[in-house]
This record gives sequence, C-alpha cells and structure tokens, in this order.
Amino acid sequence: MSITLQGFRRTSVKRSERTTIEETRTDRIFLIGVRIMLWIALILVAVPLIYIVANSFSSPSAVSAGRVLLWPIEPSLRAYKEAFSDPLIMKGYLNSFIYAIGGTLISVTLTIAIAYPLSRRTFFGRNVIMSVLIFTMLFSGGLIPTYLVVQDLGMLNTRWAMVIPSAIGVWQVIIARTFFRSTIPDELYEAATIDGASDLRFLWSIVLPLSKPVIAVIALMYAIFQWNSYFDALIYLKDPGLYPLQIVLRNVLILNTLTGSTTTTSLAQQLEQQQLANVLKYALIVISSLPVLIIYPFVARHFTKGVMVGAVKG
Amino acid sequence: MSATFEVKPAPAAPASPAAVTARKPPRTSRRTQAWRSLRRHWQLYLLVVVPLAYFVIFKYVPIANAVIAFKNYSPIKGPWGSDWVGFRNFELFFQNPVFWTLVKNTFLLSVYTVLASFPIPIILAIALNEIRNGRFKKLVQLVTYAPYFISTVVVVSMTILVLSPRLGFVNDAIGLFGVPSVDFLGNPDYFRHIYVWSDVWQTTGYSAVIYLAALSGIDPALHESARIDGASRLQRIRNVDLPGIMPTVVIILVLGVGNIMSIGFEKAFLLQNPLNTAQSEIIATYVYKTGLLNADFSMATAIGLFNSVINLFLLLGVNFAAKRITGNGLWS
Repeated sequence: MSITLQGFRRTSVKRSERTTIEETRTDRIFLIGVRIMLWIALILVAVPLIYIVANSFSSPSAVSAGRVLLWPIEPSLRAYKEAFSDPLIMKGYLNSFIYAIGGTLISVTLTIAIAYPLSRRTFFGRNVIMSVLIFTMLFSGGLIPTYLVVQDLGMLNTRWAMVIPSAIGVWQVIIARTFFRSTIPDELYEAATIDGASDLRFLWSIVLPLSKPVIAVIALMYAIFQWNSYFDALIYLKDPGLYPLQIVLRNVLILNTLTGSTTTTSLAQQLEQQQLANVLKYALIVISSLPVLIIYPFVARHFTKGVMVGAVKG
Repeated sequence: MSATFEVKPAPAAPASPAAVTARKPPRTSRRTQAWRSLRRHWQLYLLVVVPLAYFVIFKYVPIANAVIAFKNYSPIKGPWGSDWVGFRNFELFFQNPVFWTLVKNTFLLSVYTVLASFPIPIILAIALNEIRNGRFKKLVQLVTYAPYFISTVVVVSMTILVLSPRLGFVNDAIGLFGVPSVDFLGNPDYFRHIYVWSDVWQTTGYSAVIYLAALSGIDPALHESARIDGASRLQRIRNVDLPGIMPTVVIILVLGVGNIMSIGFEKAFLLQNPLNTAQSEIIATYVYKTGLLNADFSMATAIGLFNSVINLFLLLGVNFAAKRITGNGLWS
C-alpha cells in the first residue's frame, strides 16, 4: 500500500501526453458514459444538500406546505433570526467552539508528545509503547467501564469530560509519527546536538516548524471530530448549559423538542409556531454545518495527504 | 535564543571521535542500552509520561474495570469490592430472547453496510480517474467528499426530513408515480436500507480518495504499452487499473469484515424510534440502554465485553487471512 507523491506527478505527465493521441470511437462513447455516471453521482450527493439550504431560506408556510424543492420560495430569513435569538442554540454554539478549540489544543499537544519520541530510533521501548497503543484499537473495556473511570475522576457533568476521555487518537499518533520519521533525517538531529540543542529544544525549534503540514492535518481532524461528536456529551453531561451544539440539534431535530416558548393559546399562533419550528430545522442544519463546510474545501487536499501519510507503513 | 546556545560549550561532546565510537559499543546488554538511552534522552521519556498516563487511565483501567462483568456491581463497593457471580451475567444474556435479535440485527446491518459501501467508491474512483477535465473532476470530488465532514446528527436529521411522509421530497417524488406516501422511519423493514444508503451517501467520496491515490500510483508505462497494443479504456481498466489497486481493495475489504460486529452506536441510536426497534436495536444501543438508562452496569459490561471479544477474534482472524492472501498484515 505504498503511495508516493511521485505517483501524482507521473499522472500529470501521462495526461499531457494523452491529449496528443486521438481517442478511438468506442473510447469516446465510453467516456460519455463515464461523464453521465459522474453527473448522476454529483446530483445524488448535491440535491439533498441544496434542498436543505433552499428550505432554510424559504418562508415558514412554504416549507410546511412542502412546496420548496431546489430554490427558496418566498425568500425569508425568519428561521435564521429565530435560531440566532434562541439562547439554547447560541449557548450550544459557544460550547461547541470551546470544546473544539480547547480539545484540539490538548489533543495536538499530547499527540505530538507521544508521536515524536516514538519516531526516534534512539528511544528505547518504542515498539512496546506502540503495541500498547495499537492494542487499544483492537480491544476496549467498553462503555460502562470507561464511564466508571470518568465518574471516579469527578469529570461527570464537567467540560473536562468532553475533551479528556477522547484526547488522543491512535490513528493520529501513527500519522504524526510516520511524518516525523520520514521527513526529519537523523543527520539533522546530530547536527543540532553538535550545536548543543537538547531533545526538547530540537523538537521545538526544528521538528515542529518543519512539521506544520502534519500538525495542521491532525489539528483539523481533531477539531472536526470534536465539532461533530455528540456521544460523549450524551453520556457524560446532564447540565443543558454545558451541551454542545450537536446535542441541542438532536433535541430539536430528532426528538422534536421545541426550544421556543409554546404558551400561546390561539390556534393561528400555534400553527405559526409549528411552521416556524419546521423551517427552523433546516436553518439549524445549515448553521451547524457551516463552520466545517467553509473550511473544508481549503483543507480537503491536506486532509487527503494526511490520510495518505498514515497509509504508508513506516 | 539560539545565540546563547552557540556561546555555551557543548556539555557532552558527541562531536569528538571518541564519543562517536563510544556510541556503538561492541556488545552491551539491553538493560545498559536502555539505561544509557534514558540518561541521554530523558527529555523524550518525560514527554511520553502524560500521553502514556492517558492511555493507562482511559484505555487500560477500563479494561481492568470490565471485571464487573463477572460481578454483581455495587457502586458502594466499587469494581473490585463487588461480589463475584462468575458467568451469570453472560448466561442471563445468552438466555434472553433479545440476544439473537441483537446479534442478527448487528450482523445484518454490518454486512449490508460493507457490501454496499465497498464497491461504489471503487467505481467512483475509476470513473474520476478516466476524466481529464480538471474543473469538472474537481467539482465532483469536492461535492462528493463534502458529506463526510457533516456530523452524524445532521445527516440523520437530513435523512428524517427528506424521508418525512408530509414534508420530504422523496415522498413527493414517489407520489408522482401514484405511490401513496410511506412512513419510512416508522417501518422496521426500511431501517437497514435507510441506514446503509445514507451511509453510502456520506462516505463514498471520502472512500474514493483512497482508491484514487492507489490509481495514481500505477505506473503510467503500463497504460502506455496497453494503449500501443490497442487496448480500449475499458480493457485498460480491467487489466491495468483493477490489478493495480487490488492490494488496497483487499485491505479495505478485510478491514470492513474485521469490524463487522463493532458497528457504531451513534447513527443507529439516532435513527432509532419506538416503531423500528425490531430491526434497529443493535448490541451497541442495547448496551447503552441497559447500562446508562437502566443502570444495570454489570450486565451492560458483560454484553460489551462479549462484543469486544468477538471483535478482537474477528480482527485477528481477518489479519491472519490478509497475511496469507497479500503477504502483508494490517499491522506489524
């Protein structure tokens, strides 16, 4: 499974050569078929996304009548106004940011702290430690035994429960270790020691600046994971003030718990509340996915590279 | 900062030839080697302390805590002080009529997921690889990759909204053909299809990336010579591309099979409702309900442990098979 960067370069050469050679007729028909297939794939993935966005920008009555398909009908921002004025949703948003940023800082620091020594050949016992890590990928104590540990540490219903129990991913350690091992030559370390640099000094002033791409990749992996996760919050948190956005979303979108006050009595008002609740769901989906989808096109390339680095066995 | 370093004379002088030769002594025991490494690189060992403590506390202590599967757990006495009951929890679980339903649901859901989400990314990757047009290709990749970054909660919500009997466009679409509207999530028979196909929707673009990388690693000389021999595109896919990505395909398939009983809790739990539990109740969701909602810690741990042990053996078996087939294990 060795995937090299050279492979990418070679294909680009191949492509420029291809342009000079005529395609045969069957090949041209085949290519049209391929294009049609890709269009279908594109539409199948894009339509649900567009449908959600179009609904979120439509008027509550149009949404409730199911009239919206791929373009907003009676465009309105009611749902967004409602969402941004809901204290529970905003609190969830803030909490999610806290967990994503705090969690990523902790995770990246700890991951580098273990991945770097494991990448050094002079580090005695690195194979034993690696086996200790990999074993946790294969076997786990399970939900309740882990819950008991978190409980014993007094982390239940605190912000720590969101960032500590899932702090280090073995996969990320492997990615970082492989990167360090393949990009930091031993000679560099030897040269630095001659200049009197200690191991920590070398890590801080030479390895880390050289490893920005891989640090960015694992940081984004952790951040997106934190932003999207809801399971830890579901089992460890009781206080709604600590809930991350995903839990708030689940309550509103899947359990259908309305957040707004429903003390209104008149039928017309109730109907309006119901219609607003419908369109609010679409707006919430857009709002919650936006941070991730905005950064995604910029990081997709690095993300792919990171996955590839991890795939190359060191 | 670095200036101060240069002014100081290097304390240990590894540059001197004597030190260089001393670094590889003719024969030293492992213990002295370890001791020397520890003294020289104590900072590295210091770095590892906290992350290792994390793995011990959050991964290995729970494994030790799993002993409560063989006990009647009492919160006051703690995991180690509780009374032993041997295999009673396991026996009770195996005798429980729900046992076979859980195993069957978990197994079928996983097998279906692997079967459906395994070939489609390969087809997508090969199709993308055939296309030369940079912009169209990039657009398809960007769009199909995007759902991977959306959270499970959002994907499940979207699924529910799109399939909703009153509002969703799927029911509108089948309504055009005169089919009465269907409550997809209220019918247990649809649960697996919804689970699997929403999964395919979310992960196909991401999985295709792995195959695309494998495809770009194929030596272009093979393609060139096949062209010169008059091979059509389809023939080249069959005889150059497919054999080229075979090792990747085998590893992905083997991983999928190895994880068959460890299908995740998150999505099944979110898609679950009282109407579809007949097919949506899997081991992971049952453990959650038994343990945290009914507070039967010992039973939940026993079920989880049963599942973990099966997973371990599946993975080990599958790794063994992979070694035999490809000559290369998944790890080591």
